[in-house]
Parts: sequence; C-alpha cells; structure tokens
Amino acid sequence: MNLQNLLSDIEKVDGEIFDRLAHVSRRGLFSSLTKKTIAAAAPAIMASALTKAYGQSSSLPQNVKDVLNYALTLEYLEYRFYDTANNLSMIPNDYKMAFEVIRRHEQVHVRLLKNVLGADAIPEPKFDFSAKGTFTDTFSNFQTFAAIAQTFEDTGVRAYKGQAANLMNAPAILQVALQIHATEAAHAANVRYIRNQKGWITGGTAAMQGLPSVVNGSYAGEDNVTQGGVNLVSALAGDNRITADMITQAFDEPLDKNTVVGIVTPFFA
Amino acid sequence: MENITNRPETTTSEMASSRRSFLRVAGAAAVTGGLLTACSHADDNYLIPSGSARAAGDTVKLPTGDVGILAFAYVLEQLEAAFYEMLLAKPYPNMSSSDRQLWTDIRGHEIIHREFFKAALGGAVPTLTFNFSSIDFNDRAAVLIAAEAFEKTGVGAYNGAGKYIKDAGYLTLAGKIVSVETRHHSILRELQYPKSDAFAGPTIVTSDTGLHLAYEPTYVLPIAQKYILETIDASALVSSLA
Repeated sequence: MNLQNLLSDIEKVDGEIFDRLAHVSRRGLFSSLTKKTIAAAAPAIMASALTKAYGQSSSLPQNVKDVLNYALTLEYLEYRFYDTANNLSMIPNDYKMAFEVIRRHEQVHVRLLKNVLGADAIPEPKFDFSAKGTFTDTFSNFQTFAAIAQTFEDTGVRAYKGQAANLMNAPAILQVALQIHATEAAHAANVRYIRNQKGWITGGTAAMQGLPSVVNGSYAGEDNVTQGGVNLVSALAGDNRITADMITQAFDEPLDKNTVVGIVTPFFA
Repeated sequence: MENITNRPETTTSEMASSRRSFLRVAGAAAVTGGLLTACSHADDNYLIPSGSARAAGDTVKLPTGDVGILAFAYVLEQLEAAFYEMLLAKPYPNMSSSDRQLWTDIRGHEIIHREFFKAALGGAVPTLTFNFSSIDFNDRAAVLIAAEAFEKTGVGAYNGAGKYIKDAGYLTLAGKIVSVETRHHSILRELQYPKSDAFAGPTIVTSDTGLHLAYEPTYVLPIAQKYILETIDASALVSSLA
C-alpha cells in the first residue's frame, strides 16, 4: 500500500475539496440541498480513500474490522443519546451549540465508520438511556444528561486510546482513529467545563469528576502516576509547581474492550 | 510494556560537539530552513535553562525512528512548558484566580510531559533555549491566542506522528498525552469563544467527517522552530519515517 498517496488523497478530500466546497457554498453558489448532499457524501468519499488501499472493505484485516465495529457501537450509542436530546428544552440555550456540534460529530463518525466497514458494519442496537433504571431523568434533567454525556465522552477517549495499538497494521485508519479520539477529547473537556469540572481527569474515581459512583468504572485507573516505567511522582519530587493530582491529569489512560463493553452494557436495551 | 528508560541512548548528545562544526557548514542550512539569527534580542523574553543550555545557532539533530519521534515530542513539550513557565513568570495584569488556576494546571501538565520525555530519552535531545519575544505576555487575549496555537500544534503533531510509531507501547503513550493536549486546546477555545461550538468547530474538527487535526512532522517543525534558538535538524528522522 502506498501510504503517502493514500494520505495525500485523504488530505485532499478532507482538507481541500470540502473546505473549498464549503467556501463556495457559503458564497451561495451551491444550493442548501447541494450542500447537504455534499456533506452526506463526505464520509463515503473518505471511506473510499481509506478502503481502496485494501481493495474492498471485505479485505480489511479482521482485527481492523473488529476495532471499527467496536468503535461504531460506541458511536451509535453517543449519536442516539445526543440525537434524542436534540432540541429538548432541558438544554440551556447557552449550551445548545455545544451539544449540537457534538451530536453532529457523532453522526458523521457513525457514517464514516459504516462506510469504511461497508457490508461488515453492524446494525444499530437498541438503547436504554436510563441504564436499566439507574437514571430516571436522562432527557428531562440537564444535570443528569450532562453527567452521562461527560461519562460517555471520557469513556470514549479511553476506548479509542485502548485500540490504537490494534490498528498499527492499517496506518491510514490508525490516523483517522487518532483524529476521532481527539475529537472525543475535545467534547469531553467542553462537557466537563459546562459541568464546572476541570477539562482534565483528576484521580481515578467518579466522585473526583463530580459524578455518582455508579460510573466509577469509567475512571478506574486514571490515577496512574507511572508512565513508560517512569514513576513521575519520584521524577518530579522537589518541584513545588507539580502536585500529585496534576500527574494523574497529565496522562489519560486507555481502557480495553472488555472493560468498556462492561461499562456501556447497562445502556443497551 | 517496554521500559523506555532502558532504551540504549542515542548518540546525539555525545556526538554533538564533535559534529557541530561540520553541521554548521554542511547540514544546518539544508534542514528546516529555520536558521535563526536570534542573537540580537535584547529583552528578557528568553528562557535560558541552567545546565546544558546551548547557544543560539547550535544544531540539534533528532534521532531516527521511534526514538526520533519521541525526541520530536520532547521538543514540542519543552516548547509548551517553557511558554507556560514564562506566562506565569510574567502574568498579565489582573489575572483572575480561575485563569491562574488554569495556567498553573496546564503548566504542570506540560512540565510533567517534558520531564517524562527527558527521563525516557536519557539525553538524546538537550535542553533547548526559547525566545518568546513575539508574544505580548501582558495581554490576556494575545496569551490565549499563543497558548491555543501551541496546543493546536501539539494535538496535530501527535495525531500526525502516531502512524509512524512502530512500538505499540510508545503509540499508547503518545495517545495518553495527545488527549490531554486536546483537552487543553478545547478549554482554551472555550475561553476565547465562550458558550459556542468553537471548542470543536469547523476550523478544528472537520464538519463532514468529525476528525480533529493531524499534522505531518515536516509541517510542525518550522512552526516550533520560530521559538527555538537552536536549529532542530529533523532530516534523518523524516527520511526514516515510512
């Protein structure tokens, strides 16, 4: 596979053609219908750039398909969650733009992953956003909604991070996964900010994120202070600008697939 | 995971002094085009680290392969940490307590990243010298713009370099850092454009595919070079990437 060509194709699709089309359409040369059609087609074109290195999607390595279907499951969950809340009056006007752009990103993540997977894409499951009765006011109480949103985003960051090493045999897809991972992190920080939390994860409990202990699993292990064999508490001892909390904040921790599946299972109907 | 503190040290440091004169003649000009003529700055916007600081005009050659990518990350983390150290050494007037807390947190994270790479690389890249004289540290808006630009560069750099990493442990480590850089970036955008979608708007995340920034190392280095007195020579690193 010619990585450079592929990447340059992607760059063209994403960075140039669509910027240019967006620019043109802003100037009114494209009708809003055309613009919508272009937007809908973008994930397909991107997917085509990603899959052509492998011929057909059916020739994607199985490990890559597994990762992408797992990612798709989480994106379905997030998209359906935000889409259900879309335009509900419980979301304060100050935050409607934020949740709309998040909803939109989850929607195009779903489209992109489905397009890359083609016939191998799993269908959307049914969800239960009460998590089997744990949350009784998910879509009527903004605080509950935002708390679940934060948990989903922080968990999504950990889930993608846990899969990076499983995509090393598909560099172009790895890069896309890293870019989605960062988008989830941007969402997570903003939702945390809306909830009056720091944008970064302190320690390894839900309580430290202003969340109920029922979501402890999403934060377990985030209190790690040893990275790549370096104990950072020891390495930075004596620097009074550095706190133990900061050391936990400075690195986000991955989660493996089984752990994430366990965390989100209550949200599946 | 492999203990990266036990990696064999690359030879850059040891070789640097003997190679320096040669690089000045033959190598430096060919690299990033970023040869600095920085000796004339008279103000106090330098951060001159104690110990192994080098003079402006020295060339720092990044190693090849995975160690080279970590060294590239170390350069960027040094830059970010130095910027936030300067920011809090020269706080803008009437810095609010919430702003101070934010900058203190971010400075802490970047120092931690820097010291992590320093320990991990074991001297493959020296402590660099920075010049932030182009940034008005007395102006909150200017500081936010600069910080946002540094974080944006960092996010894009990690996202663009990940596919070149051969060691799964290093890739995961890069992933652990990039999401924190992205969190910084997201919050800085929120401070610049409160209560909007700027934290992930179309100049940051593609509307049609939902992808955050990714920059090739060759794009990132000239941006960082503007603030670094030494010349960063990434030519061997770049040609080793595939």
